[in-house]
Formats: sequence, structure tokens, C-alpha cells
Amino acid sequence: MQIDLRTVTIKPLRQTFDNIARRIGADKPASRYQEGTLDMQQTANFHYRPTWDPAHDIYDASRTAIKMADWYAFKDPRQFYYGAYTLARAKQQDTAEANFDFVENRGLAATLPESVRKTVLELLLPLRHVAWGSNMNNASVCAYSYGTGFSQPHIYQAMDQLGIAQYLTRVGLLLGDVESLDEAKRAWMDDDAWQGLRRYVEDSFVIKDPVELFVAQNVALDGLLYPLVYETIIDDVLSSQGGTPVAMLTQFMTDWFTETRKWVDATVKIAAAESPENKEVMTRWLSQWRDRSAAALLPVARIALGDRSDEVVGEVVQQFNARMAKAGVAL
Amino acid sequence: MSTVFLALQTNEDTRPIIEAILQDNPSAVVDEQPAMVKINADGRLVVRRETIEELIGRDYDLQELQVNMITMSGNLDQTDDEITLFWKS
Amino acid sequence: MDMQVAKKKLGLKERYAVMTRGLDWTPSYQKMEDIYPYIAYEGIKIHDWDKWEDPFRLTMDAYWKYQAEKERKLYAIIDAFNQNNGHLNVTDARYVNTVKLFISGISPLEYVAHRGFAHAGRAFPGPGPRVACLMQSLDEIRHAQTQVHSISNYNKYYNGMHDFHHMHDRVWFLSVPKSFFDDAITAGPFEFMVSIGFSFEYVLTNLLFVPFVSGAAYNGDMGTMTFGFSAQSDEARHMTLGLEVIKFILEQDPANVPIVQRWIDKWTWRGYRVLTLVAMMMDYMLPKRTMSWKEAWEVYFEENGGALFKDLARYGITMPKCAEQIALEKDHLSHQAWSTFYNYAAAANFHTWMPDEDEMAWLSSKYPESFDKLYRPRYEFWREQAAKGNRFYNKTLPMLCQTCQIPMIFTEPGDATKICYREVDYKGDKYHFCSDHCKEIFEHEPEKYVQAWLPVHQIYQGNCFPEGTDPTVEGFDPLAAVLKYYNLEHGRDNLDFDISEDKKNFAEWRGQATKNI
Repeated sequence: MQIDLRTVTIKPLRQTFDNIARRIGADKPASRYQEGTLDMQQTANFHYRPTWDPAHDIYDASRTAIKMADWYAFKDPRQFYYGAYTLARAKQQDTAEANFDFVENRGLAATLPESVRKTVLELLLPLRHVAWGSNMNNASVCAYSYGTGFSQPHIYQAMDQLGIAQYLTRVGLLLGDVESLDEAKRAWMDDDAWQGLRRYVEDSFVIKDPVELFVAQNVALDGLLYPLVYETIIDDVLSSQGGTPVAMLTQFMTDWFTETRKWVDATVKIAAAESPENKEVMTRWLSQWRDRSAAALLPVARIALGDRSDEVVGEVVQQFNARMAKAGVAL
Repeated sequence: MSTVFLALQTNEDTRPIIEAILQDNPSAVVDEQPAMVKINADGRLVVRRETIEELIGRDYDLQELQVNMITMSGNLDQTDDEITLFWKS
Repeated sequence: MDMQVAKKKLGLKERYAVMTRGLDWTPSYQKMEDIYPYIAYEGIKIHDWDKWEDPFRLTMDAYWKYQAEKERKLYAIIDAFNQNNGHLNVTDARYVNTVKLFISGISPLEYVAHRGFAHAGRAFPGPGPRVACLMQSLDEIRHAQTQVHSISNYNKYYNGMHDFHHMHDRVWFLSVPKSFFDDAITAGPFEFMVSIGFSFEYVLTNLLFVPFVSGAAYNGDMGTMTFGFSAQSDEARHMTLGLEVIKFILEQDPANVPIVQRWIDKWTWRGYRVLTLVAMMMDYMLPKRTMSWKEAWEVYFEENGGALFKDLARYGITMPKCAEQIALEKDHLSHQAWSTFYNYAAAANFHTWMPDEDEMAWLSSKYPESFDKLYRPRYEFWREQAAKGNRFYNKTLPMLCQTCQIPMIFTEPGDATKICYREVDYKGDKYHFCSDHCKEIFEHEPEKYVQAWLPVHQIYQGNCFPEGTDPTVEGFDPLAAVLKYYNLEHGRDNLDFDISEDKKNFAEWRGQATKNI
């Protein structure tokens, strides 16, 4: 038997807002990502100049050396608007919560070999501060970049990095205690192994060009740090030494990096493909920040990898170069 | 004392919460508006986790309250066990 | 195992402290003033950022969890509302004009708030305020987007909303809300927090959302009601942030008190002037009224704000002095605003109309001091004229206030028969103001307010015609050219409700939905 569900059919006067129709055509409805992103930022007739930056308008494309005919060329392949973003993270949060419960309830932290536990605390806990730095840098890019297509993913990235800093804190509290966090902060401030990285992060705080900051933080630093620490040291090296529970506790970071790099790669590609001038600027920034990032991460890698550090960091840089080549920038 | 208030959406989640608040704050006054319940109290209003848990028969995290909260007035202090709204003067 | 068991469970406050405060450090490779260049120039003195009290202690995992729950609920209702042609269940098609006002006047401001809180969060060196600001930045993009998504379906069936981004940057009356937020975001980060975080979110937001959203519920608009209440649930967090900011700044140094007082005075007035739009919406545009503007002001400002300022008195903060004038205006504000929009119905992206007999009776009962004496006769005259085919459309551009940018329509405090004019000479030019308060705001920062992009000046200077327009050709119609620049479709988006396509379509569609034709 067939049941007809009858509702009144009335013909809409239009499919979407005019600004969207001008971009995608008036004949089809727009996605929520499109309606929530395209032209969201005001573009004309600003009333006052910022008292904190009188040389620029409130939103001003000239804050960066990258030039775009249309800043909405930048699209997030994940199509994240707030709702889609939050639902995705809530799902990952569920998994992370289940993983933490699993490790906690079965007392798996206590089964870790002491050497692994010590390495994890020494290596992971100071990274809380790196994630905090990234939170700040991504807030900066969100605030000062141009066009919602470019700026929007940065607020998500900023809050993700805060979340990562908080997951790392929980790892510290699970494998150690509040004093372990204090000790890690001391190492971050004073130990030679961390000074290159801390300098990198603090230097990034004063970058004024939002696209360069995107490159220094999300492309170059995270592009080496995540494959090195989470994919290589935790998931491979420490797991083979009985550290699998740690890999469960950092699964969020591994999954997160796999997801966000799609957006990072797309962004690099779009910026570089726009013009030879952009490509030149992107290449310069990428190689400069990549080299600094690799140098800063090398002593950190030694905490877990010892003599193998040069070789592993070298491999990670090779992979990074290949990634950038795919995004259209040969380094 | 000035009035503090908390306004919640009217729905199945908030029914026991409102009941709990009224139990814990006998002098609080309920003001029902379209789709919204506003609870006024003189100077101080406490939301207690335990009272809510007794009414709903499961664990309750006070941060869940945010899902249905519409607005409030007063200074706010939150711990694991209670949320307090208050005026100091 | 033992080590785990012996571990002390951290309480909410301690746990939150290690989750946020502990992340911060004092840099040594770069100077503090280079990393945080925007925190000194406003003159606010902060001695210890750690004295900041976090009101809601939400970590990101909990944030994602609860916000996702809100989003799931919200979009389920939006989908259901759209699938069932929920727009046909609203009281009558006049209601849709509040939605037009909202999306073109308010939603773009949510977006500015998103960027502004990202800026403020980045600017503050303290981790407590930074995290709170960034969470609010994230919430604000939520509000902008959920509003666009909820209203998207209305745009498919009704006029006036189709190019709201474009209009927000251009249409004359929309420069009122736009300049308000531009003013806030171009101020220093502390003033931004006082303007938006405190004055707007804490003191005034209830006047915007609660009546608007209750109004939506009362008028059968489930979609708007849902996004409104859902947004408000974040607002509780924002309000506590606004109050904490004020308390924190005031406790840090006594020298901060007069600066903050001036900001509170300024922003309460600025915000109140923007709420003129809300006042007329509540009294005129909701077919079924929840409460009058005057009642809402009394509950949410006089009572609630009164409690707040009593609480802040211990810091030496007093009730903003503009409150006295606002109290005198509350019998007049919505009527003067509606009369203006009735006049300028040809140049706005929503429809206006004259209240019917029942509505006039409601207005006289809510405004016994003013309505019958001053406004009813005017409306009756206009209604008669319209019946004779002389519906009045004012084509003369009004003089605008340099600060709030509202046409100079307000009357003298205490004399509702006389228009209030104030002026200031500054560097050889004359500037006009609607009130003493707008004049004072200008006088304190003339270099800022002379920059204002005043729509009427811009039209007269020829800056509001489509590119390539030649105003010297014979028969040039400036209003038509301005409407083109606004992308406002004459005859569809504007003019009286009675002759609108919205009215006609709604009647026809509702007929299809409720009758067998």
C-alpha cells in the first residue's frame, strides 16, 4: 500500500540570497556552508578607522602580502560552518572520552613501562604551551585576515588547539600529577631542548601578516610537529615499547591532524595558484619557517628518539616537502 | 535586596530542574512567559546538583544547564555542586 | 595502580585552573609590549591578570558536547519548520517584517562581534579573559550563521531580505546598527569589552532578545524562536563575562573607575539609540504583542539594571546619567520611530502600515500619557489620506545625528512637541546631534566621529548611485538611483504593506493550506 503524504506545494520566489546567487547561480539552493560563509564579512562603507591600527580599515586585505582577486576563492574542503564543526568535534570528543575512560578504568597508565611514562611526560607536557601559542596565533589570523572564507577556519583551529592543550593536560594528570605540569613548564622555560621551539613560538607572536602567520603556525610548525610527535614517536616508536595506551590518549590529535591538513593544503594551494607573485611569497615563507621549525623540533625529538632524531626529522621534512609539492609549492 | 533571576526554556529537560530550584529556594517566584520560564528570587538563587539528581534519577552535570538557559541576572558562582546567582548589596 | 587511587580528584575550579591558567607563560624572546601592543593606550591599568575570576568554567570538550546538543536540536526544528511551510503559521504577513529588520540589522552585527572578540581575545595577555573572549568569538559566528540559516527559508518566500549583506553596508537606516558596532570594534580592546561585553550583552541584550524571541514564539514563528532561545543560552555565558570584565577592571586600579564610567555612560546611550528599532518592532510590528517597549524597559533596564548598578556602587560606579532622559523618552520612542519609517517606506527594505483600531486601543492603554494626545491624531490623519489615495511617502532626505546616525526625529526631553537639535562647530564644520548625550560623545572623540559615513551626506555627495550613473542627465531620479545602489527592488521590497506582494502571496498561500481551492 502506498501512503501519500500531502503537503501544500508553493513555489519559492528565489532559491537563496542574492550574494550567493551572484556566485553560484540563482537556479539552485545553497548549502549551509555557503550561506554561512560567503560575504559574511562586511566590505564597504566602514565608519571609523581602528584606533589600534589607524593605518588600516577594520577588515583590510592589505594586512597581508598575499593578493587575491576574490578572497572567497578560499574554501574549506570540510565545509565547516559552526554547526558542522561542533558536531564533528563532539563526535571526536566522545571517542576521546571513551579512550580516557578505557585507560583510566583498566588502570592502563600503571602498566606503562617507567621509561615510556617518563618520555611521554617529558615530551608531551611542554607541548601544552605550544598548543596554547597556536590558540593565540589562530585567534590573531581570525581577527586580522580578510574574508570569512579565510578567517572562519582559524577560529575553529584556535579552539581546537585549546582543546588539544587541555587533552595534553589530562594526559599529564593521568600519567603524572599537577607537579608534572609544573615541571614541564619549568623545562619549557629553561631546558635547552625546548628553547629553540619556545623562541619559534614567541617569534610567531609578533608576525603581523595574517597569511604568513598561518604559514608559520598551521603549515610549517604543525606540519612537522604532528607527524613527528603523534604519528611517528607516539604511534610507532612508543607503541612498540608498550606505550599503546598513550596512543589512545592522543588519538584526538592524530585524527585532528589528518582532518585539518586537508584544509591547510587546500589553503596553500589556492593562495599559491592565484599568481606567480603569491607563489613566490608563499615559497619564501614556507621554506624559511620550515627550516626554523625543523631546527627547533630536532632537540625535542631527541627526548624520545636519541641518535635517530636527525634521520627521523629528515624523513618528516621530506614528507612535508612532498605534501607542499602536491599543493603546488616546490620547496 | 534586588531581584536575581534565571530564565529557562520550557521543555521536558527543564521541568525537573525548575522543580528542584523551587524546592531549594522556597521564596522564589515563577513567571511563565511564551516558551520560557523565568524564576525570580530576592537577592540569591541556588541551583543544587543533588536535588536535580534526586528528581531525574541519574547523574547530572550542572554545566548541562547551559543547554536550556535563556538569560540570568546577578553575579554567578559555579562549583561542581551548585550554581549561585547573587547580588552583593 | 596505587598511584592512581591515591590521586586527589580536582574540583571544578582547580581543574579549570590547570586547563587554562597553567598554559600561559611569561615570554623572554620577545617583549611583552610587542606581543600585546594594544593594551596600554586606553589608560586602563592592570596589575595582576591572575585576579581574573572565571565565571563558567567550560573546557573545550564540554563546550563541544553541549553546543553540539544545542545545534542538533536547533537544526532539527529549522528543518521541520521549513518542510511544513511553518512560515504560513505566523499570525499574519506583517510579522515577517520583523524578520527582515533582524537579518539586515542584527545578524551582520553578530558577525562583527565574532571578529571583535577574536581581536580582544588575542589582545589580552591574561589566559582567563582570553579563553572567555575566544569562546564568545566562536559563539558569535554561531549566532550569525544560525540566524542566516533560520531566515534563509523566509527569504525564499518574502521580499526585502534577498541581499541583506549588501544592504547592511549601504541602506540609510542600517548605518545606525552598523556604526554602533564599527564604533565598538575600532575602540581599544578594553572599551570593546565594556561596550559589547558589558553594556550591550549584560545591560541591554535582554531587551533585544527576550521580547523579540518571546514575540516570535507568540506570533507562531517557531524557527526564529528556536534560534533566539538557542543563542540566548550562550548569552548567559556572555553576560557573566561582561560583568566579570567590569569587576576585574574596576578592582585592578582606582584610576580605571572614571574611564569605565565614561564608557558605560557612552555605550548605554549608544546601545539604547540602536534599540529604537526594537522599540518600534515591539509596539508596532508584532501582530500579537508580548509587552510594550515601555514595560520591557522598566523590567529589563530600570529594575534589572537598577539592581546591577546598585551592586556596582561599591566600586564607585553610578547609574549612567542618560537613564533619566531615557525614562522621559519611553512614552515616545517607538511612536516617533514608527512615524519616521512610515514616512520613509519608499527607501526601506521592509513594509510599514498604520495600526488598526484594536492596535490603537492597545497603544493607548500602554501609553496613556502620550498616545491619544500626540500620536493617534497623526495616525488617523495619515490613514484618512491613505484611504483617499494619498499615502504619504517622504522623498526629502532627513538630517542625521553625527553620532547615532538616526534622523533628527527625537523631541526635547520633557517637551514632546519640539524637535531636539544640538550642534557643535569643529574645525570649521558644523555637526548636528539628536541629543546632549550624542553631542557629548562626539565632543570627547571628535576625530573619531567626524569620520562617520553618514548615508544622507553620502547621497548628496553622489556616492550612493550605481557605478557609471550620470546625475546630470535630464529627468534623473535620485531616489531611483539610490534604491538601485541599495539593490532594493522598488514596488516589491518597499512601500506600504497593504499593497505589498508579501501580503498578497501570504493570503493566497495560506488559503491553499487551509481551504479546498
